[in-house]
Amino acid sequence: MIGQLTKNERQNALAILIAMAVGGLVMTIGGRNSLLGVHGGLVLMIAVVGIFAMTATLKLPDPAEDRLNAYYDDPTKVGIIISMVWAVAGLFVGDWIAWLLVFPDLTFDAAWASFGRLRPVHTSGVIFGFGGNALIATSFYVVQRTCRARLPDQVTPWFVLFGYNLFCVIAATGYLMGVTQSKEYAEPEWYADLWLVVVWVVYFLLYLRTLSRRKEPHIYVANWYYMAFILVVAVLHIVNNLAVPVSFGSEKAYSAFSGVQDAMTQWWYGHNAVAFFLTAGFLGMLYYYLPVRAGRPIYSYRMSIISFWGITFFYMWAGSHHLHYTALPQWVQTLGMTFSVMLLVPSWASAGNALMTLNGAWDKVRDDATLRFMFVAAVFYGLSTFEGSFMAIRAVNSLSHYTDWTVGHVHAGALGWVAMITFGAIYASVPWLWKQDRMYSAKLVEVHFWLAVAGTLIYVFAMWNSGIIQGLMWRTYNDSGTLAYSFIESLVAMRPYYIARAIGGLLFLLGALVGCYNIWMTIRMAPRESAKADRPEPGAAGAPVLQPGE
Amino acid sequence: MFGLHYRLERKAIGLVLAIIGVSSIGGLVEIAPLFTIHQTVEDAPNMRVYTPLEVAGRNIYIREGCYACHSQMIRTLRDEVERYGPYSLAVESKYDHPMLWGSKRTGPDIARLGGKYSDAWHVAHLINPRDVVKESIMPGYPWLARTSLASEDLGLHLKALRRVGVPYTDEMIEHASNDAYGQSAPDSSAAEGVTKRYGEATNVRAFDGNAGRLTEMDALVAYLQILGRLTDAATKPVASAEK
Ligand code: HEC
Repeated sequence: MIGQLTKNERQNALAILIAMAVGGLVMTIGGRNSLLGVHGGLVLMIAVVGIFAMTATLKLPDPAEDRLNAYYDDPTKVGIIISMVWAVAGLFVGDWIAWLLVFPDLTFDAAWASFGRLRPVHTSGVIFGFGGNALIATSFYVVQRTCRARLPDQVTPWFVLFGYNLFCVIAATGYLMGVTQSKEYAEPEWYADLWLVVVWVVYFLLYLRTLSRRKEPHIYVANWYYMAFILVVAVLHIVNNLAVPVSFGSEKAYSAFSGVQDAMTQWWYGHNAVAFFLTAGFLGMLYYYLPVRAGRPIYSYRMSIISFWGITFFYMWAGSHHLHYTALPQWVQTLGMTFSVMLLVPSWASAGNALMTLNGAWDKVRDDATLRFMFVAAVFYGLSTFEGSFMAIRAVNSLSHYTDWTVGHVHAGALGWVAMITFGAIYASVPWLWKQDRMYSAKLVEVHFWLAVAGTLIYVFAMWNSGIIQGLMWRTYNDSGTLAYSFIESLVAMRPYYIARAIGGLLFLLGALVGCYNIWMTIRMAPRESAKADRPEPGAAGAPVLQPGE
Repeated sequence: MFGLHYRLERKAIGLVLAIIGVSSIGGLVEIAPLFTIHQTVEDAPNMRVYTPLEVAGRNIYIREGCYACHSQMIRTLRDEVERYGPYSLAVESKYDHPMLWGSKRTGPDIARLGGKYSDAWHVAHLINPRDVVKESIMPGYPWLARTSLASEDLGLHLKALRRVGVPYTDEMIEHASNDAYGQSAPDSSAAEGVTKRYGEATNVRAFDGNAGRLTEMDALVAYLQILGRLTDAATKPVASAEK
């Protein structure tokens, strides 16, 4: 893999690693009295390992010029593998903390093992580790195919992929040590946030450079979504994480905003992380892999346009529905509710567009578990966007907020939509990437599919039950006009559902493990000559159809 | 319209600018006015700031992820007000960088926890919740009582908080570490300065039951005991609403 890099590129990579080592050293020294120093040490260690690996290859000959006429897929391959590793880790921690709510003493007197510290490891692990890596990996794949252009160079994609994972590792290890700024889905502290900005800007430029080198006159829909994902996540990330560090040697920083302004900013961020990370990005995935796998063009170009701009516009108003009946001014709550309801139109336009694309390929949906993953994802996308709009209505929210219903809703989206479309895309691309006709075992894809569906359904039904019961118990009055149930009584009533939820999660985790095995075996059965990279179909009159790399 | 789009999707930069433009409107309209419209946050002239010990406790609350299970935001609903107390006002979290309103009640809301239980109850509960509430599923935090509080750099913390808008005085910043110690050692010479700087009503006690040593338990309990008590604005909402 490193052999594919030119001498020049290897030297550049080495320079980056050396810069990283220096950065790590500065962090270690500057933060020697704080946890920042621990992260500095980690960065330094990773950089040094990288430097040794890179120096050992400096003498290798340059790769053949020919490579520039094929797509560059090594980063996608590695990204997919890393994504599956995070999937297992993130799902495992998720199921572990689900069991913690059943057996609270499993914390065994270790700070890092308590619910509050592990929960962000789970959420970041699945959202950023699993989801983010899958998005980066597939975006590289999709942008090249839909633009018929090779990625412009061979160092930048690696920088983006590994830089992003460095962020994820710093985040996850930080939570275990108690480094967090407590903003949900934006927990990493200031130095990790700054690093992500660097990585993200490079990612954006890489994407733009590839687009500008395209051989297709039009930018395909999938790329609009990937672009929106990259751009808006950058804006959200920067604004929500504005903070003043205690000192440059301390891991701790204080948010620039406080109270009600902070709450609004946080949920503007939080809801749009759902919108642009967990929706737009994965819609980009869906718009490429679903039509290709089904062998049918997207049903409606106009519906794509309407839903894209609808999502981009409406979502940004919806965050305040997380703050109904709070100290947030009512006019903001009302705007949030209104736009959340309107959001159903572009959301269902997307889901409908996906399902209509499958119309005429139902036999494939029946026979092909990979396509069925994508089909179920579109269905869950439709369901959970409906549920989301419904829960954003103030009267419904008064019952659902603060309860497990929200948790169930998030998982209908995360397991049913995000994870399913990702597994579908991964099962589609692994054979393409490693030059196979099919996955190692179609049966195991089936097994994974049913484990995932069963796990999701059990999870979501358990949380609907517990959430609604909880919400009702908290607001039930008895005849004498006093509250009927104590908090503890509501807590005790949750136990059976917490057990069911943990079992649902376990099934989902087992499915992911089956998937890992299947992917691993597919890679291993790759024939030797598969080292040949992917090329586009030759065009008419033998004209070069690919914008070659530089 | 679709013709226009047909041209737009041929220009990467055009698409980028359009996405940024279309996506910024919502946030600008909803967030920017919160900083400028005065009524967004009520007036509370007598509100005090967190003491250094309470800041440290708050940071432990954040570090341990208590916010993942507890909210600090009582909504304007009858059952919530009856269960948890007067609904929360915006001003009450004016000095909360970041806010800890929370989003999930696996445990109860604790916006008005201050003074509800004794220090000893909290210490026992935090060490092992099931010793106090048999059915609890809250994790135990026994190490808090064993771990000394890192209080040397609390001055820097107050300084950073001042930079983001909390009105700490130079004197408060200068004495931060000493005040943290003093607040949990009522008989020491350092105790006096705490009430002088933060008000007579400030809790000055050996929160973890041991005045000799400043632990993380001291800090966390000091923080829990001040929840909902930085201002009394919420108990007389009419007065503040009229302003
Ligand atoms: C896994 C979720 C969870 C986490 C994390 C958690 N708690 Fe709790 N907490 C609960 C539950 C459930 C209860 C109700 C049962 C009980 O009183 O123990 C509770 C009760 C409480 C109470 C009593 C509230 C009252 O009004 O009776 C306090 C105080 C408290 N928790 C503080 C904390 C602090 C401080 C932390 C962090 C160090 C924390 N909790 C972390 C779940 C949690």
